[in-house]
Amino acid sequence: MGGSNRARRWVVGVPTLWLVLLFLIPFLVVLKISFSVARLSIPPYAPLLVLRHGWPMLKVHLSSYAYLLTNPLYLRSYLYSLQVAAICTVLCLLIGYPMAYAIAHAGAWRNVLLMLIVLPFWTSFLLRVYAWIGLLQNNGLINHVLISLGLISHPLVMLQTDFSLYVGIVYSYLPFMILPLYSNLEKHDPALLEAASDLGARPFAAFLRITLPQSLPGIAAGSLLVFIPAVGEYVIPTLLGRTDQIMIGRVLSNEFFENRNWPLASAVAVVVLLMLVVPIVLLQRVERRELEAE
Amino acid sequence: MDGVQDRDLTVPMVESRSQEAIPEPAYLRLEGLSKRFGEFVAVDAVSLEIARGEIFCLLGGSGSGKTTLLRMLAGFERPSAGRIWLDGQDLSAVAPHDRPVNMMFQSYALFPHMSVEKNVAFGLEQERLPRQEIRARVAEMLEIVQMSRYTGRRPHQLSGGQRQRVALARALVKRPKLLLLDEPLAALDRKLRERTQFELLNIQQRLGVTFIVVTHDQDEAMTLATRMGVMDHGRIVQVGAPAQIYESPANRFVADFIGSVNLIEGRVTEAGSGTVLIRSEAPACAIRAVCTLPCTIDDTVWVALRPERIQLQQAQHEGAAVENGLSGRVRDIAYMGDVSICLVEAGATLMRVTVPNSSGVLAHIARHDEVRLGWNASAPVVLLK
Repeated sequence: MGGSNRARRWVVGVPTLWLVLLFLIPFLVVLKISFSVARLSIPPYAPLLVLRHGWPMLKVHLSSYAYLLTNPLYLRSYLYSLQVAAICTVLCLLIGYPMAYAIAHAGAWRNVLLMLIVLPFWTSFLLRVYAWIGLLQNNGLINHVLISLGLISHPLVMLQTDFSLYVGIVYSYLPFMILPLYSNLEKHDPALLEAASDLGARPFAAFLRITLPQSLPGIAAGSLLVFIPAVGEYVIPTLLGRTDQIMIGRVLSNEFFENRNWPLASAVAVVVLLMLVVPIVLLQRVERRELEAE
Repeated sequence: MDGVQDRDLTVPMVESRSQEAIPEPAYLRLEGLSKRFGEFVAVDAVSLEIARGEIFCLLGGSGSGKTTLLRMLAGFERPSAGRIWLDGQDLSAVAPHDRPVNMMFQSYALFPHMSVEKNVAFGLEQERLPRQEIRARVAEMLEIVQMSRYTGRRPHQLSGGQRQRVALARALVKRPKLLLLDEPLAALDRKLRERTQFELLNIQQRLGVTFIVVTHDQDEAMTLATRMGVMDHGRIVQVGAPAQIYESPANRFVADFIGSVNLIEGRVTEAGSGTVLIRSEAPACAIRAVCTLPCTIDDTVWVALRPERIQLQQAQHEGAAVENGLSGRVRDIAYMGDVSICLVEAGATLMRVTVPNSSGVLAHIARHDEVRLGWNASAPVVLLK
């Protein structure tokens, strides 16, 4: 008993320590900075704790948050990020669900197909996004082919549009949708579909009433795995996205590195995190329910 | 329910029913039904006729083709050859969701994300019946299987026996012309199984639905079936009432598969009117047996002798004279409660004898005792193959 207790403490303790050291403490640091004001110094913000007449005093500034909420630039960036993430999540779901379904029913080909889904990870993410620039730019491959086929006379402007941004994000995040969906769909009992068919359900009705509801946990997991990182995505919008409307990850980086306004950048980060708490809690609830059902 | 259906009588003639006039077409008729998976023949030209309201059990070991046959009836497998006629309708090319046939799956295949009520209503919802009617029929069926108190439960909140009832209700609520049951009791423990068998019979009689039950368990088949078909290697080797199959098996496989049996190989030395004399090497003895089969002298035959048809006596005992006798020595006695099973060595052959414990015969017989086995000429069955 004692041995298993100690083992359990280790199993739970190590990840907890990891999370505290590498997530909670850095977050608290960011949170602390967000309540400060920018200043030309090293570090470039005012300390929160100051000594006045020998007494420590807490000096909390809410100015960064006030600035965020009153300046429409930030609000627009937040909304744009949520919109891009939401659209990309839906696109990933629409493309990923049939793929995951096909892989789960592919029999002997299953492992080969799964391998193909994971294969792109062997190349650098940055390289793959750059490759899309080569494909999508005005004198890129796609325009070349379309013009030489005589389908268009002038190159289509695809790069630095919402289109190229969606392509980049959907392309990069598709595996994160497919893998959890696959692992869900693969567990479905084929006898259930036979039972549905036996009870008079046509294939599509059986899909809607049996397969789809049972794959909801997979849909939720996949959607959140795409949505959450997509909201804060920095590299893809920088390389492929619009220049007139930037996503919140870019805003954050600008505040940190270009404006050197650490408190404002920290406030941006804290608000992003708060926005994502809702979907994360949702994910946990779905996972818990799935555990209970088993 | 739907008796006013045109019966298609332009049935293509098949050898098996060539000239015989069948007064009424059978309710379910299989004609030369086969299923091949590549080289493997799972079901081999099965022809069978089943009457309305029967409980027909398909009994066979694993790989005998019984499940494949059932799946062809449900429509999950396409026959490689042959036809299925149900109530005058050719089902061979009808998709599973359009067949008036329902199945109770071995695993029950209840929908885990739906309540008991929703599970049972599923089939009726597919028929797009009015909500009121669905609710009434579901309630009625849950009442019949005594699950009315659990309408809101999910399958994982039910016991094995309760799941089995829900699965039965879900299949029966559609009022199928034919209910297929795949190992209906296999997942239940012994006590529950016995009770459920009788409940199943009860429900079947009440609703009058024709049942086809697939099972590997002969006890299950014996108690449920009005008739049964024993399957081996994709073929039905014998069809008959349980007693008929037990008492007069058609061949060695059936004799051995149903119940336990002593099989003795021998050669016919005398073939008279109604009885034959058979000389056997192991055990070395002559056996007189009633035989109506056409056999001639020097034919190799098998004698199937049920263990309970053999009388066991002490070696020196002067009992009633029987037509056949054999000496041996008791190797083992297994006490089973109602009976005891004795294994008796007769030369190199091991004979199995069951003795009712109430008979008191075993009071004077112990292991290693010399004993005498005896049986009447009418006890064994002579088999040609």
